Amino acid sequence: MSSITSTPASGDTRPYHERYKPADHFRSRDDEFDAVKFGVWLLLATEVLLFAGLFCAYAVFRMLYPEAFANGSHHLNWKLGAANTVILLLSSFTIATSIHNAQKGQIGWLKFNLAFTVLCGAAFLVIKGVFEYYPKLSAGKAPGIFFSYPFATDPYEPIWWGIYYCATGVHATHVFVGICLITWLFIRAHKGHFGPTHYNAVEGVGLYWHIVDVIWIFLFPLLYLIH
Amino acid sequence: MTTTNDPDMIANEGHGASPGASNGALHDAHHDVSYLTPKGGFWATVWDWATTIDHEKIGVMYLCAILFMFFLGGMLALLIRLELWVPNTVIIGVEGDFLGRFIKHDSLAEAGNTFNRVMTLHGAIMVFLFIIPSIPAALGNFFLPLMIGAKDVAFPRLNLLSWYIYVFGAIFAVSAILLGGVDTGWTFYTPYSSAVAADHANIVLMVLGVFILGFSSIFTGLNFVVTVHKLRCPGMGWFDMPLFVWAIYATAIIQVLATPVIGITTLLLVFERLFGIGIFDPNLGGDPVLFQHFFWFYSHPVVYIMILPAMGIISEVIPIHSRKRIFGYRAIAFSSLAIAAIAFLVWGHHLFAAEGPLVAVLFSALTFLVAIPTAVKVFNWISTLYKGSIRLDTAMLYTLAFLWTFSVGGLTGLPLATLATNLQLHDTYFVVAHFHYTMFGGTVIALLSGLHHWWGKMFGREYAERPAQIGFWLVFIGFNLTFLTQFILGIHGMPRRYASYVPEFQQLHQISTIGSVILASGFLLHLLVFVHSLVAGPKAKPNKWGGLTLEWETSSPPIEHNFHHEPLVKHGPYDFDDFVPPQCDPDEFARPDPPQEHPPTP
Repeated sequence: MSSITSTPASGDTRPYHERYKPADHFRSRDDEFDAVKFGVWLLLATEVLLFAGLFCAYAVFRMLYPEAFANGSHHLNWKLGAANTVILLLSSFTIATSIHNAQKGQIGWLKFNLAFTVLCGAAFLVIKGVFEYYPKLSAGKAPGIFFSYPFATDPYEPIWWGIYYCATGVHATHVFVGICLITWLFIRAHKGHFGPTHYNAVEGVGLYWHIVDVIWIFLFPLLYLIH
Repeated sequence: MTTTNDPDMIANEGHGASPGASNGALHDAHHDVSYLTPKGGFWATVWDWATTIDHEKIGVMYLCAILFMFFLGGMLALLIRLELWVPNTVIIGVEGDFLGRFIKHDSLAEAGNTFNRVMTLHGAIMVFLFIIPSIPAALGNFFLPLMIGAKDVAFPRLNLLSWYIYVFGAIFAVSAILLGGVDTGWTFYTPYSSAVAADHANIVLMVLGVFILGFSSIFTGLNFVVTVHKLRCPGMGWFDMPLFVWAIYATAIIQVLATPVIGITTLLLVFERLFGIGIFDPNLGGDPVLFQHFFWFYSHPVVYIMILPAMGIISEVIPIHSRKRIFGYRAIAFSSLAIAAIAFLVWGHHLFAAEGPLVAVLFSALTFLVAIPTAVKVFNWISTLYKGSIRLDTAMLYTLAFLWTFSVGGLTGLPLATLATNLQLHDTYFVVAHFHYTMFGGTVIALLSGLHHWWGKMFGREYAERPAQIGFWLVFIGFNLTFLTQFILGIHGMPRRYASYVPEFQQLHQISTIGSVILASGFLLHLLVFVHSLVAGPKAKPNKWGGLTLEWETSSPPIEHNFHHEPLVKHGPYDFDDFVPPQCDPDEFARPDPPQEHPPTP
C-alpha cells in the first residue's frame, strides 16, 4: 500500500520488505496488515454472495426442470471436472505454502510456489476451455438461443447450458483474475518485495485464490456428479 | 496477527519513534495546508484532483457528481409533473395547447412510450446514480475519517478507484439515455427488460451501468467497514463513536453484503438479453418472479443504504444544535444495526401479489419489524430536543422537517405492509407518495441538513443564513404540496406510471405540479446560496456550532492530513454538559455546569 519504489533510499541498504513503510494513515505495518486482511475477507464475503445468486438459480431451475438438468449433466465429463478439482486443490496447497515461504523469507521457494500456482490456474483454464467448452460449443451445446444440439430430449436443456456456462464462466473469470494477480506477485517476489516483515499482497491474493478454489469445490459436484 | 515477531522491529515501528521508520508526515509543513489549496497552475490542480487519494477531495468529487445527477433526475421529474398538468398526454404528446407539443409525436402510443422512458430514467438516475452514493460516498467519505480521528480511509487508492468506477458506470447509464433510453421502469422487471426486442443496446448499456456502479458501492462500503474497525484514534472505543459513524458503518455492511446480489442479477439479465439463456424470460421457460426476488433481495436493503446515513446526520445535528447530550445513544446505535439486519429479511413485500399467501403473511410480519428500530430512533431524537437550547438555523430546520416528513413516510409504510390494504394501494400514487416521503423527505432533506451543518467545515466559507432559510421553506412547502396530494390521489385510485388520467384527478395533479415548481425554485435558491458562499462568503470558523466531535478540532477546511496533532479522545461525542467545545469562543456557547455538589444526606 506504499508508494515507495524498489530502489533503495540513500544510505538504506536493507531489503525492501524491511525498509517497507506502511501508508501514512496506519500507525504500524501490523495495523496495515490487519486492515488489508480484513478488507480481503470482506471481499470474499461479496464473492460468496455473488455466487449465491448462481447457486440459487441452479436450485430453482433444477427443481423446475429436473429432466433437463439430469440430461445436461450427462453431457459433462466428470473425469475432466475431477482433474480440474485436483489441479485447483494442488494450487491451493502451493499458494498456502507460498505465504509460509514469504513469512520465512524463502524467496526461491516463494517464487517456485507462485509459478506453480500460475501453471495450475492456466492448466485449469486450458482443460475448461480447450477440452470442455470448445467441443461442447462445436456440438451445439451452447447457451440459450445459440443452442443447436440436435439430440436434446428435453425442451429446457438450453436453460441447463445457460446456467452451466454462466456459473463456470464467472468462475473461470475469477481464475483468470487470480492468475494475473499471482503473476504480479511473482514479479514483485522476483524484485525482492516480500519477506518476513512484509507480505500483505501474498496473504491477500492467497485468500482470494482459496475462495476461487472453494467455489469450484461446490460447482463440481452440483454440475458434474449429481444426476 | 502480526507481520513481525522481532521485538526490535516492533520498537522501530512506533508512531514517529525513529526517523528511519516513522512516517514523519504528521508534522510535515507541506501537509499542514488546507486540502483545497491549489497545487500550482490550473492544469496542475486539475491533475492533482484527478489523481488524489485524499478522502476529502474524493468526497467533494462525489458531491459534485451526485449533485449533477440530482439535477438531471430532477429535470426529468419536472417534465413528468408538467405532463401530468392536464389529463391528456399533451406536453409529451400529439395534441395540445399548453406549451404546444413540447416533445412532438405522431401517435398516442409513441407519446406514452416517451413518458415511460422519462419516468424510468428519473427513477434509475435518482436511485442508482444519486441517492445510493449520495450521503455515504460524499459526506461519509469526507467526515468518516475525520470523526474517528483517522488521517484517511483504510484503502485510499481503492477509494479513488470507486469514484472512477462510479463515473464509468454513469457514462454507461447516460449513454443509454442518449441512445433513446429504456422504458422498463427503474426495476428492469422481466419480461419488459428481457423479451422486448426494441432498445436492445440501451437496455444492455443501462443494466451494465448498474452492474458497474455496484462495484463502486461495494468498494466504498468495504473501505468504510475496515476504516471503522481499524483506524479509530486512541481513546475512541466503539461507544465513543459519533452516531453518524455508526450509521455509515451499518450502511457499509449492507453495501458489502447486498450489492453482490444485484451484481449477479444484472449480469444474468445482460446474458439473458445477449444469449437468451432463458433464466428470467418466461417465453424460454424462465421465471420472471425469480428476477423480482433477486432484484429486491438487493433493492430492498438498498432502501436502508439510502436512509441509514440520513438518520446518522439527524443524530449529529439534533444534539449539536440543541446543545444537549443525545438521548439513548446506545439505542440509536444498535437500532442502526437492527435496521441493517432486518433489511435483508423483508424483500418479499415488493411482490405480495406474486407469491403465495403464507409467504406474503411472513414477509408482511417481518416488514412490520422495521418500524420498531425506526421508531426507537425517532423517539430518541424527540427526547433529545426536550428542554434543549434549540437554535433554528437551516440545518436544524431541515432536521425538524425530517422528523415530520420521515414520520409521514414511515407511518404510511404500515398500510402498505398490511396485506389487505396493500392490495388496494399497490401500484397507486399512494406508493409513489410513500417512498418519496422516505427517500426525498428522508434522505434528501437530511442531506440538505448535513450540507448546511458541515458546509463551513467542508469549504471554509459561511453561507448566507437568511436566504438559506427561505430556501428551506420553499423546499419544505413545495415538497409537501407535491407529495401529500399524491397520497389522496393514490387512495382514490390513481395508478402510478400513467401518462394520462381521468379528469376528476386534475385538481390534485395540478396542486402537485405547482408544488414541484416551488420545490425546484427552493433548490435553485440553495444552489445560488452555495455558489455565493464559495465566491464571496466570509471565512468559516473552525467550530461554528460548538460541536464536540473530532471534525471540529481541525481547521475549516481541514488540512491535508486532517489533524494538526494526532487526536486523543477524552470525552463522548455529545457531552455538552461537561466539556467546553474545542476551537470556539467559550462565551458563545453555554458553559458546562459546574461540578454538582451533592448535598450531604441528613
